[in-house]
Amino acid sequence: MTWSRRSISSPSHADARLAGVLSAAAGLAAAILVLIVLFLLRESWPVLEKVEWLRYLTDAAWHPSEGLFGLAPMLGATLASSAGALLLAGSLGVASALFCRFYAPSSIARQYRRLLALLAGIPSVVFGFWGLTELVPLIARWQPPGTSLLAAILILTLMILPTVALTADAALAAVPEGYLQGAAALGLSRSGTILGVALPAAKGGIVSGLLLAAGRALGEIMAVLMVAGNVVQTPHGLFDPVRTLTANIALEMAYATGEHRAALFVSGLVLTGLVMLLAGLALRQGGTRSHV
Amino acid sequence: MSEAASLAVSRDRTLDRLMGLAVYASALLVAGTFLWLLGDLLWHGAGRLSWSFLVSVPTNAGRAGGIGPILVSTLLILGVAVAAAVPLGLATAVLLAEFLERRSLFGRFVGLSLDVLAGVPSIVFGLFGNAFFCIFLGLGFSILSGGLTLACMALPILIRTAEASLRAVPDDWRLGCAALGLSRAAALRHVLLPAASSGLMAGLMLGIGRAMAETAALIFTSGYVDRMPSSLLDSGRALSLHIYDLSMNVAGGDANAYASALVLIGLLILINGTSLWLAERWLNQRILTL
Repeated sequence: MTWSRRSISSPSHADARLAGVLSAAAGLAAAILVLIVLFLLRESWPVLEKVEWLRYLTDAAWHPSEGLFGLAPMLGATLASSAGALLLAGSLGVASALFCRFYAPSSIARQYRRLLALLAGIPSVVFGFWGLTELVPLIARWQPPGTSLLAAILILTLMILPTVALTADAALAAVPEGYLQGAAALGLSRSGTILGVALPAAKGGIVSGLLLAAGRALGEIMAVLMVAGNVVQTPHGLFDPVRTLTANIALEMAYATGEHRAALFVSGLVLTGLVMLLAGLALRQGGTRSHV
Repeated sequence: MSEAASLAVSRDRTLDRLMGLAVYASALLVAGTFLWLLGDLLWHGAGRLSWSFLVSVPTNAGRAGGIGPILVSTLLILGVAVAAAVPLGLATAVLLAEFLERRSLFGRFVGLSLDVLAGVPSIVFGLFGNAFFCIFLGLGFSILSGGLTLACMALPILIRTAEASLRAVPDDWRLGCAALGLSRAAALRHVLLPAASSGLMAGLMLGIGRAMAETAALIFTSGYVDRMPSSLLDSGRALSLHIYDLSMNVAGGDANAYASALVLIGLLILINGTSLWLAERWLNQRILTL
């Protein structure tokens, strides 16, 4: 129930004042997003005004101080690392959820879930640090220099895997018991039950979890910054060092001025657009609002 | 059994076996990797952890010494973020849950903008914080700028959890308050907010944990300086940023980076555990008094 003016009339002036104060606070909270968009636009305006939209994709290189604004290699690196991570984390995450629901004894499943929850809380900078000290030397022994697209994909996979696994686990738990009993009554094998009944029934939740994870991967910075090598180039193989959009902002903001700085804000705008698109899709898919 | 049927059964068995194998292998791989990560951090970091590491000043660019000033800066940044985000977040949540109709235009607008805000990447918060707090408001690279930026980041999660826990308070309680002639302000203060406190605290802890793990938004707002901060307008280095700096920019800083990572993870586990414990305690109290 909500206390609207119509349902229960409040005689108190204090309440009217309280509602006023609360509305002002809520207005302020909502204004933050408007402020963010306004300031991104304001800071990127010098370049947005001058440079045609297509040039961000067609310019040959990224030399903002010389008037070249090619974001394409970094956009490619961002998309490649996110797609790779999503592929790996998607399959491993769904398999982990199936393990918890259908294969493991309940005590082991509980411990496994606890481990996943613990990992969901590990900060990205720790993942990046670990990747740099353990994973990168391992890859370097095989294919130097080690800091590469592959390292970025693997670390991103570790980061988004708990999200995928926990949402898929919750979606599988929400499949009505009757479906599974029906499958058992029809004499379906375990793989038949999973592939034919449980996964299709949980599809909505799993896909929305994947979209959320994709948003996190695209926007992730520290982990990728630390292991990807940060060379501006279109990746031609898994072992090439790359630089993502987010890493580019973090690396160059410190000294960028004038149009260079504005160009970095443009890449911030592009990134925000991409991530919001994914969040919108996830909302439509899952229909739930969860920021966890 | 006919031949075709037995063929189908044996195909089913093979598929069953293959899938079981794949699932167990994935689960083992995931658990193994994560245990490797945690074990590695413990193995390299635990030896350096001591009381003096926590309180002493970093020397030689962080290669030696401790993390005292960095812990202080981290706590100050979190303090600023909580002080800014909690009143704003609580007020917005109360308005959304108690005063507005679910379908009211203003409520939907606020809700939508919060949902979008929750999806904004952290580096963009960093850009915004740099342009708005540091330059436009003239706060410079300071603990205040960093804390306010983190407050913006944590706001959506705070508001949504607070709203949900207020909505979970049964309507009977509101009717009871109205029947007793309490004003809404009094009902909120004496009945509804205490009843929702478990959820409020859990949300707060979740927000603090999120803010504490954040690094990217702080690089261009609170800065890198590892001295002991003397005021909120001083630049201060957060713990997560310290780990980043030690591993990327300081050759030979790995040992202290391991120990700092352990401290950060320990603090996060502590915060999450506290939130769970508080939530359960309040839940028990509520059941006892009912």
